[in-house]
Amino acid sequence: MEAPPLIRLEDVARTYVMGDVEVRALQGVTLTIEEGEFVAVMGASGSGKSTLMNLLGCLDRPTRGRYLLEGQDVSRLPNDALAAIRNRTLGFVFQNFNLLARTSALENVELPLLYAGISTAERHARAKEALERVGLADRADHLPNQLSGGQQQRVAIARALVNRPRVLLADEPTGNLDSRTSVEVMALLQELGHAGITVVLVTHEHDIAEYAARVLVMRDGRVLSDERRIPRPAVPPPPRPHEAVEGRVES
Amino acid sequence: MNLLQTIRIALRALRRSKMRSFLTTLGVVIGVSAVIAMVAIGDGANARVQKTFEAMGSNMLIILPGASTSGGAFGGFGSLPTITWDDVRAIQTELPVVRGAAPILRSVASLIYEDLNWTTAVNGTTPDYFVIRNWAAVRGENFSASDVDAGTKVLVLGKTVADRLFGPGADPVGHQVRVKNVPFQVVGVLEAKGQSPGGQDLDDAVFMPSSTYLAKIQGGLKNVVSGVVFVGAASQADTVRAESQIRALLRDRHRLQPGADDDFSIRNLAEAASAQQEGARTLTTLLAAIAAVSLLVGGIGIMNIMLVSVTERTREIGVRMAVGARARDILLQFLAEALTLSIAGGVIGVALGLVVAWRLAVSFGWPVLFRADIVLIAVGFSGLVGVGFGLYPAFRASRLDPIQALRFE
Repeated sequence: MEAPPLIRLEDVARTYVMGDVEVRALQGVTLTIEEGEFVAVMGASGSGKSTLMNLLGCLDRPTRGRYLLEGQDVSRLPNDALAAIRNRTLGFVFQNFNLLARTSALENVELPLLYAGISTAERHARAKEALERVGLADRADHLPNQLSGGQQQRVAIARALVNRPRVLLADEPTGNLDSRTSVEVMALLQELGHAGITVVLVTHEHDIAEYAARVLVMRDGRVLSDERRIPRPAVPPPPRPHEAVEGRVES
Repeated sequence: MNLLQTIRIALRALRRSKMRSFLTTLGVVIGVSAVIAMVAIGDGANARVQKTFEAMGSNMLIILPGASTSGGAFGGFGSLPTITWDDVRAIQTELPVVRGAAPILRSVASLIYEDLNWTTAVNGTTPDYFVIRNWAAVRGENFSASDVDAGTKVLVLGKTVADRLFGPGADPVGHQVRVKNVPFQVVGVLEAKGQSPGGQDLDDAVFMPSSTYLAKIQGGLKNVVSGVVFVGAASQADTVRAESQIRALLRDRHRLQPGADDDFSIRNLAEAASAQQEGARTLTTLLAAIAAVSLLVGGIGIMNIMLVSVTERTREIGVRMAVGARARDILLQFLAEALTLSIAGGVIGVALGLVVAWRLAVSFGWPVLFRADIVLIAVGFSGLVGVGFGLYPAFRASRLDPIQALRFE
């Protein structure tokens, strides 16, 4: 028997009621994402791409339709079950990093493991491993405000990876970064994609979307186009000499 | 997530804003220390009242003879000797709730020992008196019933009198003291009683057998008691019963018609003592209530800060939920923070309260009494305050929508 697709949306709609007005943020989206895909979701603001991300991330439930994650219908699960799925199957990366202030990089990365009920020793070990994977092992004890924007986002990616999720959901991960750091972050995401993690990325920048192998364009709550192509490899330019010494990029 | 981890996260969050945590705790610290100090002071006052009344004698009634109303003019108690020696014996033998009854015949006289003299209250009584007043001899012994029967010239000294005539620490037993030029032999010195509730020195008195008193000091009518009668009830609960039984007995013996006034009056000291204690206890309750209000204010302070904290950390809550925290985890986290603040406040408050009470005791000479149960109650109550006032903010935090929380600026 063939394994079910990792993500399957069937005629998913999401309607918000704001006062007397009904906002139809999603109007029937059907979509399949296979394991290991690198998908960019594009669209103007109000196109429904954030709503789609919230649904994919199990932060929200559809008003209509079914959402099958790993073959399981998660569209009607109770809150605690959704929290468990977010904890084990999904990883989040945000535009504004969302690291806990005055909390070390290591402790930030440990956060998902805390709610997974993993022992202190294993938490430390796995968080260190995740920081190593994003190239920040030497910054484990730094606080977020002691890190550059790119470093903060890499800590956030380490946090998203630490509980070995199958899907990484990134909402405008380069929105607060300069172009140079953006390429670094995209290189990291591509690397994770090669390692078998499914990446879904929301962006409104075309040059960022070029790093993805599949681009979905949204408009008015529907999928306007869905095309696959050869992604551009993200190759970060070599660091300028003074930055190499500094080891830190100011945006 | 287990409890230990929850507490560790709470501690870490509180450490991140030390000043605020400290100020929030301060409300509870002040509340708890006020409760501890106030109750210690109140209990101390209560204990002092109890001690004074115990010194006077426990479960005691005093019968005063002669309340004569003739033609509407009230003669006053003690104005007519109406109680006979037979009455005293009847009270002693016929009433089972009575432990003992003793007359006190009293006058003021000078005592002379060698070249020293001291004017004091000279009392004639029976050995029952020392039993009723719970008053033992520290040197020698009290005179006995046979001394009363024989009318021997023996004397028991109060502590003050012994000190004045013989000097502190000297042993007067066996020495001769002259009262109204009659030589008496000192047979005992009573233990110190201190002051009465009225401020009178209870130790400034001497006692001799009532028969000797009547023969040598102050003559009187043979068959009536020209003084008061002390009665001891079997227990404090029995004092009220004893009072009514004595009243019935005396009215019967004096052949008073129903409706006629008593020709005596009875004072219930045990009742006065319990009224005083009741007053002291009311004071304690009142002080504790005021202190509890300040503890409540401390609790409201915790709620206030926790609400601010939840709003400030909305994004943090959103992140925690996004990475897998359940509503319950968030609830417990904030509840643990509130509880940590209040329990820490409670523990510090107990320490501070004990120090304050102790300082007051030392500086002002106030009696204070520390009670372990109050310490436990105060800490427990502060914990309750933490849960009570932390619950609402924690609940609000746990009910946040993660999408809204993540978008919160």
